[in-house]
Amino acid sequence: MTPFPVPHPPSPASLRPDLALIAEWIEPGQRLLDLGCGDGALLAHLAQHKQVRGYGLEIDAENVAACIARGVNVIQADLDEGLSDFGDAAFDVVVMTQALQALQRPDEAVEEMLRVGKTVIVTFPNFGHWRVRSALLRGAMPVTPSLPEQWFNTPNIHLCTVKDFEALCRQRHWKITDKALLNHAREGGWMSRAFPNLFAEVALFELQPMRPTFAL
Amino acid sequence: MEGRSVGVVTPEKISFEAPLALDCGRTLPRYELMVETYGTLNAARSNAVLICHALSGDHHVAGIYSSDDKKPGWWDNCIGPGKPIDTTRFFVVALNNLGGCKGSTGPNTINPETGKPWGPDFPLLTVSDWVRSQAALADHFGIAAWAAVVGGSLGGMQVQAWAIEYPARIRHALIIASAPELSAQNIAFNEIARQAILSDPEFHGGHFYEHGVVPSRGLKLARMLGHITYLSDAAMRAKFGAELKAATPSFNFDVEFEVESYLRHQGQSFVDRFDANTYLLMTKALDYFDPARDNGGDLVQAYAKATAQFLVIAFSSDWRFSPARSREIVQALVAAGKDVSYVEIESELGHDDFLMPIPQYHRVLKNYLDRVAGETA
Repeated sequence: MTPFPVPHPPSPASLRPDLALIAEWIEPGQRLLDLGCGDGALLAHLAQHKQVRGYGLEIDAENVAACIARGVNVIQADLDEGLSDFGDAAFDVVVMTQALQALQRPDEAVEEMLRVGKTVIVTFPNFGHWRVRSALLRGAMPVTPSLPEQWFNTPNIHLCTVKDFEALCRQRHWKITDKALLNHAREGGWMSRAFPNLFAEVALFELQPMRPTFAL
Repeated sequence: MEGRSVGVVTPEKISFEAPLALDCGRTLPRYELMVETYGTLNAARSNAVLICHALSGDHHVAGIYSSDDKKPGWWDNCIGPGKPIDTTRFFVVALNNLGGCKGSTGPNTINPETGKPWGPDFPLLTVSDWVRSQAALADHFGIAAWAAVVGGSLGGMQVQAWAIEYPARIRHALIIASAPELSAQNIAFNEIARQAILSDPEFHGGHFYEHGVVPSRGLKLARMLGHITYLSDAAMRAKFGAELKAATPSFNFDVEFEVESYLRHQGQSFVDRFDANTYLLMTKALDYFDPARDNGGDLVQAYAKATAQFLVIAFSSDWRFSPARSREIVQALVAAGKDVSYVEIESELGHDDFLMPIPQYHRVLKNYLDRVAGETA
């Protein structure tokens, strides 16, 4: 759209594995909204490699400054305030990585994402992972590689398991169109596939709104 | 992020002999603009940055006028070598807008037809009129397109007008503490300010120059009112509290409270440096700005013409041009599919914060403009 050439800074050699997987799910040229976009690594990568155009929403001042430095469109906003600034189906894809569990109302957030996007990708740490369970069996709140904070300073206030999330999808009629379950190396090992609720540390879900179908 | 001063600078008066058609239907046959520039225009003429001033600003944006000048330009903390608007990389152009009172053609300059000051006969201007005159200024320097146009408050409205009206001539639009149009509350403040001036017996219908007086009471009141709206409640409380200047109340209407003393000082010093007719004209230009109205009431449609990339910045404590107003701009730009970033700076002072060297604010400007400079190299 802009008539002037805009050089993109090189993205880091290795994208975080869950972001790399998301990048594979996204089609070239799509219009993307990245909720809780951090330092803009995913958007910068997608702009460079897939001509994806989009915006990141981010609340943290450091991250916002980092996005601006790398030329990513970033809008400083609080995800808990919703997406009322954006129109229905305004984006091809709405992504939220590792932020759902830190929101006041994750269910309302997903509803909003499904309103604004034609496709939604969410990732979250699986609270059903064996490390979490074993910590709780020992009687202590878990501190794991994907949940590194202590109970008193964690931003994560709405943790769930893979099973919980799938139950919510069924209850709200959110259509799961793809999913990936990653182990501690953030790779899809066979154990995460066979026993996802026990061995997946990070879950990725692709959802689509259930458009009403009318029978004639 | 310290940076250095641009040092001693000299303003330049530039004459434009081509007539300028104005939105009010009248035409200025010729006009002059007071201009300051800092830095060097590169061979490709691609590194020029235009600074648009707000209500009471002028062309003296950075630097000092002599080695013992204590008062630098109004945005000196942001413009200079190593500062966010880095004069070692950019050619920075600042002007006193048409209708101003700091040397550009305006109410206090001589109307060639009458040989007397224009006064109230000077045409009322719009933001678009200013942008047209600024385009003539770009032509004067041989600048086909600005690397960036930057402005706060009323200056941010000029940036929006640039992006909409001259899309091919602006690569980056930096809109700071601004709004897509004034709110009714904002127009109301302006109207009180105007009434204060218009009802001053020494205004003489705007012909006060010939009477050898200035409507100082009215202009002072207008400025006092403005100052209240430029500061946050918390900032005023922190600065003045409800402190009496003396130990006990004196039960009269003399200056008793610190805030009264501050406002009277601000009002008085403004009278000494500003023209009442210019103040009226500037507030009207603010009131008239409404790109949506010019595009069938649709702001998205207005911005659709733009091709620039946008950076919109608002300040959390600013209630005169609140973050919510900046978000309206962002929302419309997103809906129009434009490249835009939005930053809300945590701040305390209020609207005046857009002139303050708040670290996050200057870091965001610097990060953004570093990239702009990279494109011009």
